[in-house]
Amino acid sequence: MTEALLDIAELVKRFPVGNKRLLHAVDEVTLTVGRGETVGLVGESGCGKSTLVRLINRLLDPTSGSIRLARTELADMKARDFARNPNRKRIQMVFQDAGDSLNPRYTAADAIADPLRRLRRMSGAALRERVDRLADMTGLPRDLLTRFPHQLSGGQKARVGIARAIAVEPELLILDEPTAALDVSVQVVILQLLQQLKQELGMSYLFVSHDLNVVRLLCDRVLVMYLGKIVEEGPAAEIFADPRHPYTRALISAIPQADPDKRIGRLRLGGEPRSPIDPDPTVCRFYGRCPKGEPRCSSEMPVLRTAGPARQVACHFA
Amino acid sequence: MIPLLRHARYVLSENPVTGLAFGLFALFLVAAILGPLLAPYNPLQSNAAMALKPPSAAHWFGTDQLGRDIFSRVLVATRLDLSIAFASVVLAFLLGALSGVAAGYFGGWTDRVVGRLADTIMAFPLFVLAMGIVAALGNEVINIVIATAIINFPLYARVARAEANVRREAGFVEAARLSGNGEARVVLGQVLPNIMPIMMVQMSLTMGYAILNAAGLSFIGLGVRPPDPEWGIMVAEGANFIQSGEWWIALFPGAALMLAVFCFNLLGDGLRDIIDPLKRT
Repeated sequence: MTEALLDIAELVKRFPVGNKRLLHAVDEVTLTVGRGETVGLVGESGCGKSTLVRLINRLLDPTSGSIRLARTELADMKARDFARNPNRKRIQMVFQDAGDSLNPRYTAADAIADPLRRLRRMSGAALRERVDRLADMTGLPRDLLTRFPHQLSGGQKARVGIARAIAVEPELLILDEPTAALDVSVQVVILQLLQQLKQELGMSYLFVSHDLNVVRLLCDRVLVMYLGKIVEEGPAAEIFADPRHPYTRALISAIPQADPDKRIGRLRLGGEPRSPIDPDPTVCRFYGRCPKGEPRCSSEMPVLRTAGPARQVACHFA
Repeated sequence: MIPLLRHARYVLSENPVTGLAFGLFALFLVAAILGPLLAPYNPLQSNAAMALKPPSAAHWFGTDQLGRDIFSRVLVATRLDLSIAFASVVLAFLLGALSGVAAGYFGGWTDRVVGRLADTIMAFPLFVLAMGIVAALGNEVINIVIATAIINFPLYARVARAEANVRREAGFVEAARLSGNGEARVVLGQVLPNIMPIMMVQMSLTMGYAILNAAGLSFIGLGVRPPDPEWGIMVAEGANFIQSGEWWIALFPGAALMLAVFCFNLLGDGLRDIIDPLKRT
C-alpha cells in the first residue's frame, strides 16, 4: 500500500457514566485508510462505529491515541475549535439521515453553499456557479436548489447532503450509512453516484454500513468492529470468502443468499453483547456469545495479529 | 417575501379566528400609532360640567369623574400600554432566548447558572416580585418594562433551553460544524432560527401577559401615574364608581385590556402556522 491518508493509532474514547465507571466506546482502535481507498467499517448497533466516526471527523475529542491525516496530527486539536481549523475542509461526512442533516430553514442551495462560504470564503457569482456545478455533479436538478428540505424527496435530500460534503473537495469522505434511510431503488443510484464521484475527485472513503452486500461491492478493505474493538481486518474479497473471526462469520452467514446451493448453515448468535461499561480487560469481548468460547477466552484478551498478507484477526483460534 | 404573503393568506383563509386576531391586532396598531390624532377630545382636558355622563353620541364611552372623554382616553392609552408590553417582551426575549439557547446547547455550568437563575425568579409570586422590582428601582415606566421582562425571563429561558437541547445532537448541527461554523455561529445561525417559531408563539402569548402585568402594576398605583391615560389606572379609577352605578368608567378600558390580551393569545397560534417552514407548501 502507498502512504496512508488517514492513520489512526491506539485511539480510545471513554465516556463517564457515573459512579466513576467508564463506558469504553472505542478501545485502542488502530486503522489506516490509503489514498483513493474505500474502507468499509461494519459492526452491529452500539459497537462504537458512530463514536469512532465522530472522533475521526473531529466532532468529538478522543480520550487518548492519535489521528493523523497525511502526517498531520489532529487528535490534540480541540473539537470545539476545529471548525476554524484549516484541516476542517479535508474531512467531510455524508450523514445517515439526510433529512435530519439538513437545516429545515435552509434551501438546498444554502445548505450546499454553507461549507463554501465558511471554509472557502466564496461569495457572490463564484459561489452560485460552484453550487450549480455541484448540483450537476450530484444529479440534483438546478431548479430544486431553491427548495426547502421538506419539499425534497429522500433521494434528492441525499444528493444535497452529498453535494454539501464534496463541496470543499475533502481528501477523506466519511459515509455513515448513506443509504440506510433510502428506498432500495434509490440506494443503487446513490451508491453509483458515490462511486463515480470518488473516481472524479480522487477522494478516500470510510464507508460505515450495516449492509454487507454494499460493503462487498464498494469497499477495497473491510474492518469489523465489535464492542469498541476491531476484531478482523482485511481485503473485502478475502473477508467475505474466508471470514476468520467467529463474529465476522456470523455476520456473513446472515447475508440473505438467493441461490439455495450456495446457502451455508446460518450461524446464529445467542445472548446479548457484554456490557461496554468497565469491561474486564482479560476477557475476550465476544466471550459469552461466541460459539467457541473456551476457558482461554475468559482469561486472556485476544489481540489483533497477522493472519495472512494484509489480514488481521483478533481471535485465539482463527 | 411573496410566497410568505401567499402562505399568510392561505393560513388566514384556513383559520378565520386567526384572521380575527390579526384584524384586532391591526386595529390596536392603528390606535397605537394614530391614537392621539384620531381622538375626538383631548384626553387630559377635564370638564366639570360633563362629569360622569353615560355613553352618548357625543361621548361614545361616556365621561369620567373629571368630565374627560373615556373613548379618547382609551384610544390614546393604547400606545403606552402596547409600548410597555412590547418593550418588555423584546427585552425578555433577548435575555431569555439567548441565555436559554446557550444553556441548552453548551450544557455544563452555563446550563446550571441559567437554570438556577430561572428557578430563583420562579420561586417568587411573580406579580409580587414585579411590584418589588418597581418599588425598588423607582416608580417609572421604564422600570415596569424591566420588571415585566424579568418575571417573563424564566418562561423564555426554559422554552429556549429545552428546544436547543433537543437540537444539540441534530444532524444539521453536526453538519454545520463540519461545514466550518464555529460554536457562536452554530448557536445563533442554526439553533436559534429553528426555535424562532416556538419563540414567536411564546412572545405573542407573553405579550398578553405583559399587558396585563403592566396594567396591573398601574392599577395598584405603581409605574404610570395619573393623569396619563393608561388602561390599568382607568380601571382603578372607575372601580370607585361601579357601586354608584357609573359602570362605563371601568368597563371600556377593561374591555380594551381584555381584547388586547385575547388578540395576542390568538395571534400566537396564527404566527406559528405562518412562520413554521414545515407547514409551508
